[in-house]
Amino acid sequence: MEHNNMHIETPAGAPRQGPVPDRYGHFGPYGGRYVAETLMPALLELEEAYVRISKEPSFQRELHDLLVNYVGRPTPLFFARRLTEHLGGAQIYLKREDLAHTGAHKINNTMGQGLLARWMGKKKLIAETGAGQHGVATATAAALFGMECRVFMGVEDIDRQAPNVHRMELLGAEVIPVESGAGTLKDAMNEAMRYWVSAVADTHYVIGSVAGPHPYPMMVRDFQVIIGEEVKKQVRENPGRQPDLLVACVGGGSNALGLFYPFLDDPVELVGVEAAGESIMSGKHAATLGAGTTGVLHGSKSYVLQERDGQIREAHSISAGLDYPGVGPEHAMLKDSGRARYASIDDEEALEAFHLLSRLEGIIPALESAHAVAWCVKEAPALPRETIIVVNLSGRGDKDLDILARRAAAEEGTVK
Amino acid sequence: MNRIDKRFAELKKKGEKALVGFVLAGDPSFDRSLELLAAMCDAGLDVLELGVPFSDPTADGPVIQRGGLRALKGGSSLATAIRMIGSLRETTDVPVILFSYYNPIFAYGLEAFFRDAPTAGADGMLVVDLPPEEATEMNEYLPDGNDFALIRLVAPTTPPERMHAIVKNASGFIYLISKAGVTGGGGLDPEGIRKQAASLRAASNLPVCVGFGVSTPDDAAMLAPFVDGVVIGSAFENIIEEYRDSPDLAERLAGQVRSFKAAMRETAVMNSQKTGRMGG
Repeated sequence: MEHNNMHIETPAGAPRQGPVPDRYGHFGPYGGRYVAETLMPALLELEEAYVRISKEPSFQRELHDLLVNYVGRPTPLFFARRLTEHLGGAQIYLKREDLAHTGAHKINNTMGQGLLARWMGKKKLIAETGAGQHGVATATAAALFGMECRVFMGVEDIDRQAPNVHRMELLGAEVIPVESGAGTLKDAMNEAMRYWVSAVADTHYVIGSVAGPHPYPMMVRDFQVIIGEEVKKQVRENPGRQPDLLVACVGGGSNALGLFYPFLDDPVELVGVEAAGESIMSGKHAATLGAGTTGVLHGSKSYVLQERDGQIREAHSISAGLDYPGVGPEHAMLKDSGRARYASIDDEEALEAFHLLSRLEGIIPALESAHAVAWCVKEAPALPRETIIVVNLSGRGDKDLDILARRAAAEEGTVK
Repeated sequence: MNRIDKRFAELKKKGEKALVGFVLAGDPSFDRSLELLAAMCDAGLDVLELGVPFSDPTADGPVIQRGGLRALKGGSSLATAIRMIGSLRETTDVPVILFSYYNPIFAYGLEAFFRDAPTAGADGMLVVDLPPEEATEMNEYLPDGNDFALIRLVAPTTPPERMHAIVKNASGFIYLISKAGVTGGGGLDPEGIRKQAASLRAASNLPVCVGFGVSTPDDAAMLAPFVDGVVIGSAFENIIEEYRDSPDLAERLAGQVRSFKAAMRETAVMNSQKTGRMGG
C-alpha cells in the first residue's frame, strides 16, 4: 500500500518507479534487455538518467506544467448515460484520453520522454508508430522542444492512417516508410531499432508503449500512470466511490497499464482487451496474451505470437494500433498472476461499438479504444446496475475514417 | 583442445589471420546451402559462422535481412542449421559457430539446444541480442568442459569497465563489432578499431575477430594486422543473392574466400617484414 500513499502526495505527472521491475528490468520471468551489445550502454545510460532526472523537483514541475497547460490534463471522466441505459446493466464511465492534445493518451509519454531527452542533451528524437498516434505525439514533442524528429512507419499503416502521416509532416517530422515484413508496427519498430544503433550518440528513441527493452516498460508505465491517478481522484466526486472494474484495450499495453497501475493493490477488477482480428481461430488476430506463448521480441521477454520454431508471426487487426504480435512484459506478469484478465474483441464487434458510441454519446472513438467499448457492450448488460466500470477511451477516431470508408466500399464490392 | 582453439593456434603458428565467414543456413535451400558451405570450407575458410534465420533481425542490414527471408522461405530454421552442421561434419573439420537471435534458441528449448548443437558438431554460439545480463538463464544447461564456446560481442560503444566484465566470461574468441550500426559495408573507423582491439588483447588471452562492416578484401587486409581474424558476412550473402540461380555460385563463393584469404595473407607478410617477426 505504500506506493498508493505516494501517488496521492506527488504532483500529477511526477514519474515514479514501482516495486517491479528489478534492477535488470525483469517483471518476474519477463522483461529484461535483449538487445545487441551496441545498444546496451545507451540503455544503461537512459536508465540511469531516467531514475536520476525524474526525481528532480524541477523536472517534475516542468512536466506537470506541460501536462496541465499544453496537454490539457486532467482529462474528464464522463458518465456515458445513454450507452449505460442502452445496455441496461453496469454504469459505464469513460476516461476521455481522446481529449488530450493530439487526440490520444500517447502524448503523456512523449512529453515525459521528450523532456527527459532534452535534459539528457539529446538533439534528435526517433519513434516507431502503428496507428500514427504515437508518431504524431512524438512529432509534437519534437516541435515543442525544438528537436529533429524521424518517425518509422510501415507502408501498410502509412496507407491506412494517411491523416496522421500528414499531421506528422506538418509538425516537421520526417516519416520514413518501412517496407519490410507486413509493413506494420512490428516492422517499424525493427527499423527504428536499426536506425538507433547507428545514431545512438545524439538521438533518443521514444518507444511508444510499455514494450521494448528495460527501462522502457517501466518508464512508459510511469509516464502513463497519470491516467489511473486522475481516475482515482475523479471517481470520488462522481460516482462517489471507487470503480468495480477497469477496462482498456491492449496492443503493447500502455493505456491499459496507465489506468490499471494505481489500482493494483485495490479491490478492482482489471480487464485488458486484445484484438481478435478476423477471429482467434483464423489465426488472423493480435491476441498476444490470449493466444501467444513466451518469447523474446524487440528487446524484452513476454508473450509473443510465434511459430513453433521461434519466428514471429504477423498480427492482424482492423486497428493499426493493436496490430502487434508482442505485448508489454508487465501485462504478461499480470496475466500469469491472475491480477488482470485479458479478453478479446474481433474487428466486427469493434466496428459495432465504434458506431454505437458515436451515435449514443457523440464521441467517435479510435478503433483501438472501440475494442474496450465493445467489451462493455458484450459484458455490461449481464452485470448489476450498481457495478461501476471505467473504460479508458484512449484515443479519438478521426484518423480511422479512411479505414471505415474502405471497408464499406469493399463490402459493397462483394455484394455486387 | 576444441576445434576453435586448435584452429587459432594453427593460424598463429603460420602467421595468418582467420577468415571467419558468415552465411545464413538454408539460403536459398537446404541442399544448395550445404553445397555452398562445403565449397567455402574447401576453399580455405578458417571458421564458419552459420546464421540462423529470424523473422525480425534488428541488428542486420538489408543484405542479411534479405538472405534471412530467402532462407525462411526455403523452410530453414534453427533445427535446419543444426542438421546442416551434422552433414557438414562428414566432410570438414572447420570450426562452426551458430550465430542466432535469442528467440529461435529459446523456442527450441535451452536443454535441447545445448544437447543437439554440440552433438551435431557445433563448436560454439553467438547470440546477437543476448547480453551477458540476460545469459544467466542458460547457465544450468551449458555443456561441461570448454568444448562449446560462448562468443561474446564488444561494441564501439562498450565502455572499458563493461568490456572487462564481458570478456571475463567469454570463450572461443571475442567478436569486436566494427561500427555503431547494423551489419553491412561502410562506416569503418580503422584507428578506433585498432585501439579497441589493442585494449581487448590487453584484457583477454582470447583471439579477437572484427566484423559487421567489413565488406571488401581491402577492408579485411587493412584491419587484419590489428586482430586475429576478420568476419565477412554481407559480402558472401551479396554473391548468393546475385548469383543464386547460376550454376557457378559455389565456385564464385569459393573464389571470394580465396581472395579474402590472399589479401589478408599479403598484409601479414608485409607486416612481418616491417616488424621483423611473424604473427603475434
